[in-house]
Amino acid sequence: MPTTVPIALAVNGIRHELNVEPRWLLVDVIRDTLGLTGTHIGCEHGVCGTCTVLLDGETVRSCLMLAAGADGAEIVTVEGLSGGDSLNPLQEAFREAQGLQCGFCTPGMLMIAHELLHENPAPSEQEIREAISANLCRCTGYQGIVEAVGLAAGSARAGGVPAR
Amino acid sequence: MKPPRFEYHAPRALDEALALLARQGDRAKVLAGGQSLIPLLNFRLAHPEALVDINRIDDLAYVRANADGLAIGALTRQHTVERSETVRERAPILAEACRFMGHLPIRHRGTIGGSLAHADPASELPAVMVALEAQLTLAREQARRTVPAAAFFVGPLTTALEPGELLVEVRVPDQPRRTGGAFVEMSRRAGDFALAGVAALITLDASGRCERARIALCGVGPTPIRARGAETALLGATPAGAALDEAASRAAAATSPPSDLHGSADFRRKLARHFTREAVAMAAERATRS
Repeated sequence: MPTTVPIALAVNGIRHELNVEPRWLLVDVIRDTLGLTGTHIGCEHGVCGTCTVLLDGETVRSCLMLAAGADGAEIVTVEGLSGGDSLNPLQEAFREAQGLQCGFCTPGMLMIAHELLHENPAPSEQEIREAISANLCRCTGYQGIVEAVGLAAGSARAGGVPAR
Repeated sequence: MKPPRFEYHAPRALDEALALLARQGDRAKVLAGGQSLIPLLNFRLAHPEALVDINRIDDLAYVRANADGLAIGALTRQHTVERSETVRERAPILAEACRFMGHLPIRHRGTIGGSLAHADPASELPAVMVALEAQLTLAREQARRTVPAAAFFVGPLTTALEPGELLVEVRVPDQPRRTGGAFVEMSRRAGDFALAGVAALITLDASGRCERARIALCGVGPTPIRARGAETALLGATPAGAALDEAASRAAAATSPPSDLHGSADFRRKLARHFTREAVAMAAERATRS
């Protein structure tokens, strides 16, 4: 048995060829090998969602995947949501509506919200809440997050999600 | 934490996987979607010497409509089943139950076969497969056998799978005409495992009486529990009033729920009774529209 496995994957449009140990988690390769520390590690057992990335267009927990299993995949991390140093409209909305406090859950929340708005451009508040229920915010700042996603949706409620 | 070391095998064909599993025996664990196994590895609760990653075996991911039902490949992702028009048409209760399984990112990776083979007693899918009287195909090198769902679940996290065997397919038989199905559950938070859940399939005759019932519960025993007493109580009756009360009582009596910090055994029994009523009533109502 070789101690490493060769893999090729694209992260935010950049192709990487790597040798990974089979036991390495995808999140550790993203952060430690590729230096993309926007993706956070929280619980390491699939509960908190802060490590969420897009794998071939779908949200997944990068702490619940072996890097070896991502061979051939296209991955988008939070760094890939916008070009360069600018913020995309979703990120702007998080800033505008104070959708973050300590920021630890933010990368996962952005990836979840990004997918939600892609699938459903005008989600109801209930649909937003259901989508982000996949992820935990230990500041319990959910209200701001819900408002931020609503704001970004540009739905009828855009800018007018009632504050509580 | 991080997973311990293991030998890693990623076969691209079923034959290759079965040969590996035959050679490795109980040294090896099968890695499907990983949504249960990877946490166990991260916690170092599982220490397999080898992992056989079946995610590259594309032939194991499919939903096929046959003349008598559905055939679902073990590697089919839960979210694929949830969205499948074929599943919604032929076994809508299955799509309904998938929505309760974890959250979307979990269902993107989690597989039908993985959830069944993991056999968590609180998991939704085993109970639904028991209610549907699904048949599970277990393959080993040069041989296959078919096991009814009810016989597959042996105990908590324990199935009829033997070393060297792989769950490859689930066959879900079509239900009779005028059958409605419903899955309902309660969990503390959306996406958590159920404190108690009920899958019900109710077939009505032309006069609205119950001529066939299949009821299975999750979260209230070491395996999914088929509530045969409750099914019998409904036969020949309109699924409402006293017959529904009796069925719900019998279903609750058939459970042996755990007591833990999430809920006492008594509470779970009450949930089982309540949700049996709800699932049967909902299934019967849907049967009138089918």
